[in-house]
Amino acid sequence: MSDKINLKIDNIAVSIKSGATILEAAKKVNIRIPTLCYHEDLCVAGNCRVCVVEQVGSDRLLPACAMPVNEGMEINTNSMKVRNARKQIVELLVSEHRADCTRCYKNGKCELQELSSEYIVGENGFIDLVAHKGYTIDNFSPSIIKDDSKCIRCQRCVRTCDQLQSISALTVAHKGEHMKVSSFFDKPMFEVVCTNCGQCVNRCPTGALTEKTYLDEVWSALNSDTKHTVVQTAPAVRIALGEALGMPPGEIVTGKMVSALRRLGFNSVLDTDFTADLTIIEEGNELLQRLKKVVKEKDDSVKLPLTTSCSPGWVKFIEHAFPELLPNVSTAKSPQQMFGALVKTFYAKKIEVKPENIVSVSIMPCTAKKYEADRPEMRSSGFKDVDYVLTTRELALMIKQAGIDFASLPDDEYDSIMGESSGAAVIFGATGGVMEAALRTAYEVVTGREVPFDGLNILPVRGMENIRAVSIKIENVLPEWDFLEGVELKTCVAHGLSNAKQVMEAVRDGKADYHFIEIMACPGGCLGGGGQPIPTSPAIRKKRSEAIYNEDELKPIRKSHENPEVIHLYEEFLKEPLGEVSHQLLHTHYTERNRY
Amino acid sequence: MAEVKQLVKGLADQHGRTMESLLPILQGIVHQEQHISEDAMVEVARELNISAAQVYGTATFYSFLHTKPLGKYVIRVCKTITCMMHGKNQVIKELESVLKINLGETTHDGKFTLLETNCLGQCHKGPAMLINDEPYTELTPEKVREIIMKYKHQEISAN
Amino acid sequence: MKKNLQRLDLIFKNEHDSEAILKKTFGRTDDDVINDLISSGLKGRGGAGFPTGLKWKLAAETQSDEKFVICNADEGEPGTFKDREILSSVPHKVLSGMAVCAKIIGAKKGYIYLRSEYNFLKPQLLRVIDEFHDLFDSLNLDFRVEIFMGSGAYICGEESALFESMEGKRGEPRNKPPFPTDSGYKNKPTVINNVETLAHTYSILKYGADKFKDLGIQDSRGSKVFSVSGDTPAPGIYELEFGMSLQKFVDDFGDGDSKAVQVGGASGFCVPRKRFNKTVIGYQGKLRGTSLPTGGSMMIFNSSRSMYNVLHNYLDFFVEESCGQCTPCRVGTQQLLLGIQAVKKGEQPSSYLNKLLDLAEAMRVTAKCGLGQSVANSFSSIVENFKEEMIY
Repeated sequence: MSDKINLKIDNIAVSIKSGATILEAAKKVNIRIPTLCYHEDLCVAGNCRVCVVEQVGSDRLLPACAMPVNEGMEINTNSMKVRNARKQIVELLVSEHRADCTRCYKNGKCELQELSSEYIVGENGFIDLVAHKGYTIDNFSPSIIKDDSKCIRCQRCVRTCDQLQSISALTVAHKGEHMKVSSFFDKPMFEVVCTNCGQCVNRCPTGALTEKTYLDEVWSALNSDTKHTVVQTAPAVRIALGEALGMPPGEIVTGKMVSALRRLGFNSVLDTDFTADLTIIEEGNELLQRLKKVVKEKDDSVKLPLTTSCSPGWVKFIEHAFPELLPNVSTAKSPQQMFGALVKTFYAKKIEVKPENIVSVSIMPCTAKKYEADRPEMRSSGFKDVDYVLTTRELALMIKQAGIDFASLPDDEYDSIMGESSGAAVIFGATGGVMEAALRTAYEVVTGREVPFDGLNILPVRGMENIRAVSIKIENVLPEWDFLEGVELKTCVAHGLSNAKQVMEAVRDGKADYHFIEIMACPGGCLGGGGQPIPTSPAIRKKRSEAIYNEDELKPIRKSHENPEVIHLYEEFLKEPLGEVSHQLLHTHYTERNRY
Repeated sequence: MAEVKQLVKGLADQHGRTMESLLPILQGIVHQEQHISEDAMVEVARELNISAAQVYGTATFYSFLHTKPLGKYVIRVCKTITCMMHGKNQVIKELESVLKINLGETTHDGKFTLLETNCLGQCHKGPAMLINDEPYTELTPEKVREIIMKYKHQEISAN
Repeated sequence: MKKNLQRLDLIFKNEHDSEAILKKTFGRTDDDVINDLISSGLKGRGGAGFPTGLKWKLAAETQSDEKFVICNADEGEPGTFKDREILSSVPHKVLSGMAVCAKIIGAKKGYIYLRSEYNFLKPQLLRVIDEFHDLFDSLNLDFRVEIFMGSGAYICGEESALFESMEGKRGEPRNKPPFPTDSGYKNKPTVINNVETLAHTYSILKYGADKFKDLGIQDSRGSKVFSVSGDTPAPGIYELEFGMSLQKFVDDFGDGDSKAVQVGGASGFCVPRKRFNKTVIGYQGKLRGTSLPTGGSMMIFNSSRSMYNVLHNYLDFFVEESCGQCTPCRVGTQQLLLGIQAVKKGEQPSSYLNKLLDLAEAMRVTAKCGLGQSVANSFSSIVENFKEEMIY
């Protein structure tokens, strides 16, 4: 017996594996069925009903996203019955949605708007329900704005927060006409366990969940005569920005992005990759120090495994969910915040501008970075180290606002100093990248030889597997590291907070003996960040990932400790890894937060 | 707070700590306190190792699981059409006047809350109401006055 | 009660031979018992009307380490109170039915999902369950029954919403397939039957399939318990034969001035006087005129009643009790309610009712579960038959 199912969709024969849905079968023959609650990253909900189709011989319509195919099925996706039903559903959604489109941040990027235009929702719709509801807008969070009046209850955000992130800061509350997406007791997002990861924002089809934008503040700094504007760009921005400006996924647009930033008027166009390299030096040394204390000195006050700390969503997650494991988190700040601290100290001195006159802007694939920059700990320079954080999407919008034809821009180079970076820094943008970068450096520090992988590519830590455990045997060490001779260095990489939770539960329960764990809050790492272009899907993440590893290969320098600007920074300013200046500027501490 | 913690812990010991225990635990809290407070929900989340928002999401779905404080006696008058046809509105009016509150409110002494509810399954004997778990049927203004008086006397003699 | 009312006495018959029936039934092969149920023609009495024997057979055939039998006692349909009566007067018949089902499908655990409004039934029910546990032990049946209390949500009467509720979640209906006999409570094969359905199995096992099948007509076999309320001199519970015409029903139960009967509660159909003759109570089939499936709620309205108020009351109910997850039901119910209010107030033209009728039809064909799908039943039948009352 064949496990293929044969059916007809709009009279086109399709053969597809048993268990597939009508939606999948239609896709196979290039028939697009509209969807709203459906998202490739999430379990099927079947609640918006926009994807209904007609089965010949059946009175009721079927949800294409949820209905498995049956042998001999005859499906119509565009009959009058289907068209009428879909139009009514879109009209219903519009009636409970504050359709204030011209004033909406998502204007032109809203899936409901798109469907309304496709189904010509005219003036004769249903009665406006929004007026009856007394909606409020939660704009207290530095990262995320939640506007209930634009919510169409597709629950993508709730499924994201629950299934992908295991946070469940968002839930569905009440029923009937009062049913809504809510936090615990409908508190503001900043008061609850939300990590600001923005994965919900990335999946919201309307303007109900958006990033808090700081575009006006940045434009005004750019237009100020007295301010010196410094911009840094995160590794994962350069491989995704193009998508928001009409290019296909997977284009590396580093040079064009640098050009655009100059055209926008930033005085210094610098690279977060520089401090990604610096993070590797600091965090790598922290790992080696901890190993020394644990393995050699048997100091049980020092905690292993060490976990990375560059993902602010992850940091806030562990502060809420596993406060007892906070001593395991690297004290190294994230590249963004190391950068911020250096800009208003070391760099300010170099360019002879008073730190109070510097406006430090960062472009991030991330909404949690906005929150991170706001943390009270992040003022080591004596000022707010990073003034404004923009997402990849916001930068794309600025470029459009400035009338720049992005695709035709010439490539340009980052400014020096703090503009140079290695391939190891670029891969910070992909899950496993920090681990690979750290191993490239740490292995060499300990053994004096390059990591034993072809072309420095540590393939086992790469990929999209949820959790990847990799061991590397350390042999023939330099005399200073003799205590590590023969040690099997056990590492683990996890991305997405539900995977992170699994790993940390194992650590907490003593069921994991890792030395070093890399965790990124977002699926795929920063390349799948909450601030990245919409849509983000498994296929798009794969493209972005390929671009990141290509960029790494193209870099003349592939190891963080060989970045000449980083070497120079230590010689001139920091003196030594984990030294006094580092301690003051580049390291931080964490805070236990409410568990529920 | 400590009391709520004890209460929830006791209920979790009794019903278990899986998702299947959630409704029985929430019902147990309501039985004791008439409503489920924020603190109680946090404790439930802790016992069951789920998020507080999930507890909130489930609790707010069910009309017998209140998240705001209610009186010791919760009066639920059936508002289905058949009870309405037989004088539900007069019954509510009488209750409002005897209790000196409006529909949806709780008396100042915290003893009575007056609510409407969907079909109580007593349609052949409407109008009907529940006071906590106890059904009362074939109500008239006179009858509800007597019933409330009985409860009030019971309260007085209990003190 | 008047005239020649044919009241049956099967379900409520005072008989207590559960032990004998279980012994007898356990002595037969499972196939034999299932075939009996199938040939009796018994269909689900909650309103949906799935053949009970087939449901048991499907669950019996599904392989699983764990299976469940659930008695759906979340009787929430406005105008329905028969399950309360059955559970208070003949709970042993329900438990006997559950036990036979458990034996046949291989379930060790059963639940009665009891709506919170019936909390007062719990103590008595627990006593009967205890007695039955002793009986099960004496018959070597490894089966235990628990009561699971609802908490006030009409939608939990929908079987998959009921499972969600038992799993500690919001009572939101699931996508189907999979169906409960494949994946029900805790995603295990589950037979979920209405209280009345289970009680009927007792009669069938005791008196034989033929006796049951002799009652009723065509595809609607046996007797049915009706909850009669509204403008009637004889409100109450009545066990009647399927296939009765509505005219006959009104003749027996009406107050002489009946203008409409709402058959099947808020989610059922409103039949106006002019159609009493053409309407027969039973599952759909090749019956003369219209046939109406029902959970047994019969609300009678006389000419003093405003059908606008009746519809308003039903829509209030749906607006509140929709689980809210799917668009047509969540938004559609609100639009229907606001819509009739707007027409009544003159804020919308009377032609807006046609838009609402289209909406109701769209809800019927697109909603995720029976609740949203059946709002159209009462809406369309009331608006179409009493249009003037909606406008003036």
